[in-house]
Amino acid sequence: MTNPKTIAVAMSGGVDSSTVAAMLRADGHNVIGLTMQLWNQRRLAGHEGMPEQVTGRCCSLDDVYDARRVAEHIGIPYYVVNHEERFERDVVRPFVAEYLSGRTPIPCSLCNNHLKFDQLLVVAQQIGADCVATGHYARVEYDDTRARWLLRRPADRSKDQTYFLFGLTQEQLSRTLFPLGGMTKPEVRELARKQGLALAEKPDSQEICFVPGGDYKRFIDAYLAESGEALPDTAGELVTASGEVVGEHSGIHNFTVGQRKGLGVATGSPLYVIQINGADKQVIVGSDERLYSRTLRARRINLVSVDDLRESKRVAVKIRHRHEPAAAMLERAGEDEVLVTFDQPQRAITPGQAAVFYDDDVVVGGGWIF
Amino acid sequence: MSAIPRIYLDNNATTPVLPEVFEAMRPYFGEHFGNASSIHHHGQETRAAVERARDSVALLLGCRAAEVVFTSGGTEGDNLAIAGLTGAGDHIVTSSIEHHAVLHASRHLEDMGCEVTYLPVDGHGLVDSDDVRRALRPNTRLISIMMANNETGVLQPVDEIGRIASEADVYFHTDAVQAAGKVPIDVKRIGCDALSISGHKMHAPQGVGALYVRKGTRLQPLFYGGRHERSRRAGTENVPGIVALGKAAELAMQGFDRQNDKKMSALRDRLQHGILAQVEEAGVNGGGAARVPNTTSIYFDHIEGEAMVISLDLKGLAVSTGAACSSGAIEPSHVLVAMGLRADRTRASIRFSLGKQNTIEEIDIALALVPETVARLRELSPAYRKQAVHS
Repeated sequence: MTNPKTIAVAMSGGVDSSTVAAMLRADGHNVIGLTMQLWNQRRLAGHEGMPEQVTGRCCSLDDVYDARRVAEHIGIPYYVVNHEERFERDVVRPFVAEYLSGRTPIPCSLCNNHLKFDQLLVVAQQIGADCVATGHYARVEYDDTRARWLLRRPADRSKDQTYFLFGLTQEQLSRTLFPLGGMTKPEVRELARKQGLALAEKPDSQEICFVPGGDYKRFIDAYLAESGEALPDTAGELVTASGEVVGEHSGIHNFTVGQRKGLGVATGSPLYVIQINGADKQVIVGSDERLYSRTLRARRINLVSVDDLRESKRVAVKIRHRHEPAAAMLERAGEDEVLVTFDQPQRAITPGQAAVFYDDDVVVGGGWIF
Repeated sequence: MSAIPRIYLDNNATTPVLPEVFEAMRPYFGEHFGNASSIHHHGQETRAAVERARDSVALLLGCRAAEVVFTSGGTEGDNLAIAGLTGAGDHIVTSSIEHHAVLHASRHLEDMGCEVTYLPVDGHGLVDSDDVRRALRPNTRLISIMMANNETGVLQPVDEIGRIASEADVYFHTDAVQAAGKVPIDVKRIGCDALSISGHKMHAPQGVGALYVRKGTRLQPLFYGGRHERSRRAGTENVPGIVALGKAAELAMQGFDRQNDKKMSALRDRLQHGILAQVEEAGVNGGGAARVPNTTSIYFDHIEGEAMVISLDLKGLAVSTGAACSSGAIEPSHVLVAMGLRADRTRASIRFSLGKQNTIEEIDIALALVPETVARLRELSPAYRKQAVHS
């Protein structure tokens, strides 16, 4: 080891971040394990139809216990840092507000931008760490010719998490390590086994960490009830694209673009949610082909591999986590807005989700679909 | 990373077992293993040891041996006193700065049909005894106010509260966990009916404590089983722990004779004054009140206590801030909040608590580590830098 660094590892108690800690430690770095306490799982337990049992994964005591055991096993100091206030302000509140406005949010990206690569970096610096390492599947590297930090898709494309990381600034990327970028998940598990980590076989987490069982509607009800806020009345009409009222709905936050179930309308052909019109509380429904669109607009743009979009650019654009990037033309459409024109129409472009632009495996940047 | 020297200034969390205490308890793990309830030789041996320890604890508290009930620690003592002296329909007066053992026990009793008044404290972290008097109701059964606060070390006016309780003919319990071994205790002077102490806060091991219960006080037990501890606490005695607590009580008494408490406060003051002399925009929480000699709570504006505790730990100095929640993350101290401290200062406060093992050399190392760490953290604080530019 020629250049040992002091590295803070964001440890969730899962296989990936645990393996990162073990790898960096084995490489001779000074490793400090940090777990962010972001949400009190017991807070809404038993509230308004929420499960009594704490089932959510994020910040559960079991995960903290697992992370602590790993830290002890590999011989590194370990601390839990409390960022509940910031998480509620920057992730949970916007999550609720987005749904209530008829959009479908991605809390993970907000968490990365505001917590993991912001607050945690601050804590890391404060406690004397040069950088933060996480178990994300992505690659970060410095490109001399462009004089920029690049975010690239990982070796294991099936685990690619760059979609959630497009918001990282150059400063954040310069202090971030993704040691798993060149590995596949099976390789990571194998390494975890070799390092003697008891949790090598622990299943991957899937759901939104603070929403137990993935039932976001119940979560929103319980959260607002606990905060003493009334659930805004977002009930309204189900209408077709031509304006014909075909039914009523219980609230726009119960719908997401592309949704088919739960519309409560019986027609000959299957109906889907095409669009949610927050201002009029209307849910617009139609046939499957109406879900396809060739263009999208995104705002709150963060550029990664380039410092500006002076001219339009051929890219591949990913519009949700499980979407294969599709060829498109990217062009500036305003101060902080872009227009994406796909070669082929894309299904269910959903406001609130991110659009992330790729040039081969390099993240050009991304923004929020509106 | 493991080779750095470690300095432990978190003795209000727990203390190391003193070597003499460890030696005293050691035989009771092996050669003297008997059950103190057994009638044979082995039982008699350990029974005698338990009763000798009871004598020592009684001396420490100024009570009779028969008034000492051994427990598993401070939390059990607090729960036993509070639940054991009250019933549905009773009113309890306590304070907002009590340990969670008292606060959460009280909250539970509210669920069980008791009424509870949580008294505020002033800016020094002091309960006003007049507030206690005013809070009394016809159905008030118990006053439970701590003797010394764990965060600030501030000594509460327990003598006055004892008089108020006695005049009103209500029970008075005091949680003396953070006072025992640090300041002399005399239950007669306090006039309390119950007083809890914990072994591991006074250089005995974790898992043992004692509750003083005034003779003739009817106490409802928490546990049912054998007639141990005069039927006030069922369960085979933790003999090694009890022996250790007895020894620790003995050593504490000797310490008062040798004025070790004065030496302790001199060491604490050296730390406190040394820090305040070197660090601007810092101050003592509860510094204006009488305190136990080992504790000081200091706020450092523009820092996060969490980062401070971690930074200092990585350099070998163990201190604390707030209260650790179940995950180990830090929550703002309810004590400092109750004192009306600004929110940022509750997060910027660090508790230093000394023990008998600490040396002047350790204090001086701490005096080098703390200012440099505060300076570095402030350097990284956007708010602090902005202010520095403007001033």
